[in-house]
Amino acid sequence: MSSKAQSAPKSLVIISSAMVLVWIVLAAFPFFWTLWGSFKVQGDFFSKADWRYALTGTRTIIETGGAFTNNGYEGAWIQEAFWRNAFNTLIVVFFTVVISLTFGTLGGYALARSGHSYAFWLLMIALVFRAMPHITLVSGYLLPFFEWNLWGHLPTTIIVLVAINQPFTLWMLHSFFLNIPKDLDESAKVDGCTQFQAFRLVIIPVMWPGVITTGLFSFLLAYNDFAVTTMLLSQENQTMVPRIAAFLGTTFEQGNVMFAVAAVVSATAPLFVLVMFFQRQIVSGLTAGAVKG
Amino acid sequence: MSHRTFFWFILPSLLAMFVFIAMPLVSVVFQSLYIEHEQVMRVTKNCGPFGCKEEVSVDYEATQQLRDQNPLGQFNGLGTYLDRDHLAASEVGEAWTSSTSLGEFSTKLYNLPFYRSLAFTLAYTFIVTPFVIILGLLIALGVNRLTPVLKGPTIFLSLLPMIVTPLIGSLILFWMIDAQGIIGKSLQLLFDDKELSLKASPTLTWLTLMIYGIWHSAPFAFVVFYAGLQTVNADALEAAMIDGASRLQRVRYVVIPHLKPLFIFVALIQLMDNFRVFEPIVGFSAEANASSLSYAIYSDLKGDVIQFNSAAATSVLTIVGVAILLAPVLRKTWRDFQQKVV
Repeated sequence: MSSKAQSAPKSLVIISSAMVLVWIVLAAFPFFWTLWGSFKVQGDFFSKADWRYALTGTRTIIETGGAFTNNGYEGAWIQEAFWRNAFNTLIVVFFTVVISLTFGTLGGYALARSGHSYAFWLLMIALVFRAMPHITLVSGYLLPFFEWNLWGHLPTTIIVLVAINQPFTLWMLHSFFLNIPKDLDESAKVDGCTQFQAFRLVIIPVMWPGVITTGLFSFLLAYNDFAVTTMLLSQENQTMVPRIAAFLGTTFEQGNVMFAVAAVVSATAPLFVLVMFFQRQIVSGLTAGAVKG
Repeated sequence: MSHRTFFWFILPSLLAMFVFIAMPLVSVVFQSLYIEHEQVMRVTKNCGPFGCKEEVSVDYEATQQLRDQNPLGQFNGLGTYLDRDHLAASEVGEAWTSSTSLGEFSTKLYNLPFYRSLAFTLAYTFIVTPFVIILGLLIALGVNRLTPVLKGPTIFLSLLPMIVTPLIGSLILFWMIDAQGIIGKSLQLLFDDKELSLKASPTLTWLTLMIYGIWHSAPFAFVVFYAGLQTVNADALEAAMIDGASRLQRVRYVVIPHLKPLFIFVALIQLMDNFRVFEPIVGFSAEANASSLSYAIYSDLKGDVIQFNSAAATSVLTIVGVAILLAPVLRKTWRDFQQKVV
C-alpha cells in the first residue's frame, strides 16, 4: 500500500469514496427500508398521506397502539401458515445440496483426474446445459410428470433441482480438484489403494473448503429458484418463493399486502445470515470459475 | 484414470443430467410437433313437434377418452411454429408486403407476441450486460481504494442485491417504486407530476426492469473484478508511472488488459443469465408492457388451459437462441482444443 502508484490526489479519493457510498446506499437501502417497514401497517409502509409516517409510524400508532406491530408476521406465519412453506423449503434445500454435492464431488474428481479428451467434451456439454433457461426444461418435464403421477411431490422437485445444479457443481468442483496436487492420490495408488480408496482416504479429508464453497452456491440455487418450484409443486407442497408469488394475487384483493411484506422479509433473513458468515467463501467461489476463464 | 473407473465416478452426475436436462430437451421438440386433439363433435337428430333438426354438440366423454389415450395429441408438424403466437409466417409476410417503411414493418412485427418477447429479451440482454460490466469495474476500482477496515462491510452490503432471491429483490423494489412507495412518491415530487407512474408506460417499465437487472448483477461483476485487481502487478504500475503514464492511462493500458480474461468471463455468464430474464417480470407485474421468451413459456404453462405445444415451440426457439449466443464461445474453445491436440 506504500507504493507510490497507489497514492492518489485528494479530489480522486473524494470522488471514488462518494461513488462507493452511493452504490452502498443503492445496494442496501431497499432491504433495510423493507425490514423497517414490515413492522408497520400498510398505511405507513406505503406513503398514502406523508412518507414520513413510515419513520414515525403515525398510522401504526393509531391502528395498533404501538409504533411497531407484528401483525404482518402473525398474519403470514400463523394465519396463512407460511411456516409450512418454510419447512418445505428446508427439506428441498437440504436434500438438493447434499445430493448435488455427493454427485458433484464424484463427477468433478473424475473430470479433474481423467486426462482423456472425453472429459473435456463432457465439460463443454455441461456448459451448454448451464445456459439452458430453466423454464424451457420445465416445459419438457410437465407433460411426462403429469402422465406418470410424479407431479407435485417434493422428491421430484429435489431431483430436478439436483440435475439443474449439476453443470455448475461439476465445473466448480472440477476446477477445485485441479488445484489439489495429483501426487497426493498417485502416491496412494502406488501404495496399493484403488482409485476409490485413494479418493476416500486421501482426497476427502482435504476437499472440504471447496465443497463448502460449492455447497453455498447449490444452496442459493435451490433456495432462490422460482421457475421449477412454482411449476412442479402442488399447493400444499409449495416452498417459500412460489408461495410469496401466490400471496401477491390474494393479498392485494384482501388488503393484506403487509402479509406479503413480512413473508418477503422472513425469506430474506436466512440469506442475510448466510452472507454474513460465509462472505469469504462466496467471494472466493465467484472468482474460482474466473481464474480458469 | 481408467475408462472404467471414470465411468463409475461420473455415472450419477451424468445420469441426472441425461434424464433431467437432455431428455426434457428431446421432450420439448416432440411436444412442439404435436397439438391437442380437437373436440369430438357429435351430430344428433333432435325431433320435436316442429320437425327434426340436426344439432352439433361436443361429445365430452369421447374427447376426454381420446385425450387420455394419447396425451401428446395429434401430429401437427411445424404448424405450431408458424402460427400467430410464434413465428407467425403469414402475418410477417403480409406485414412485409403491406409496409412502406422499415419502421412500419417493425411496429407490425412488435405487435406479434413472439417478436414482442424476443425484442425485450434481446434488448435486456444486450443493454444490461455492458452496463453491469462498467458499473462493476467502477465499484471495484472504488472499493480497492478504501481503507482495509471498510472493505469487509462494503463487500457484505454490495453482495445483497445478487444473493437475495430475484423474485424477492424485484418485489422489494416494486413496492418502493409503487406510486405510493418511497421512490415512486419522490419521483412524483421531483418531476412535479402527480400522475407519474413507472408502471404505466412500456418505456418506463422497460427502463425499470433494466435498472433492476443492472442492480441485481453488478455485484457479481464487482466481486470478480475486485479479485482481479488484487493480482495486478504493482511493478508494472510503477513502471508505467515512471514512463509518464497518467492515472487514467495506467488504468487503460495496465489494469484493463490485465482484467481482459475476466471481462470475457463476466460477459459470457451475464449473456447466459440475462437471456433467461424471467423473475423480475413476475415480481414487477410487468407482463402487460414487457414479456420475455421465458415469461411467454411460463404464461403458456400457467394459464387455465395448459398449452403444452405452444410452450414447447417457444422453448425450442429459445434454445436455438441460446445456441446462437453460445456459438462463438464454443467455436473458440473447439479451436483452442484442436491446437492443444496438434
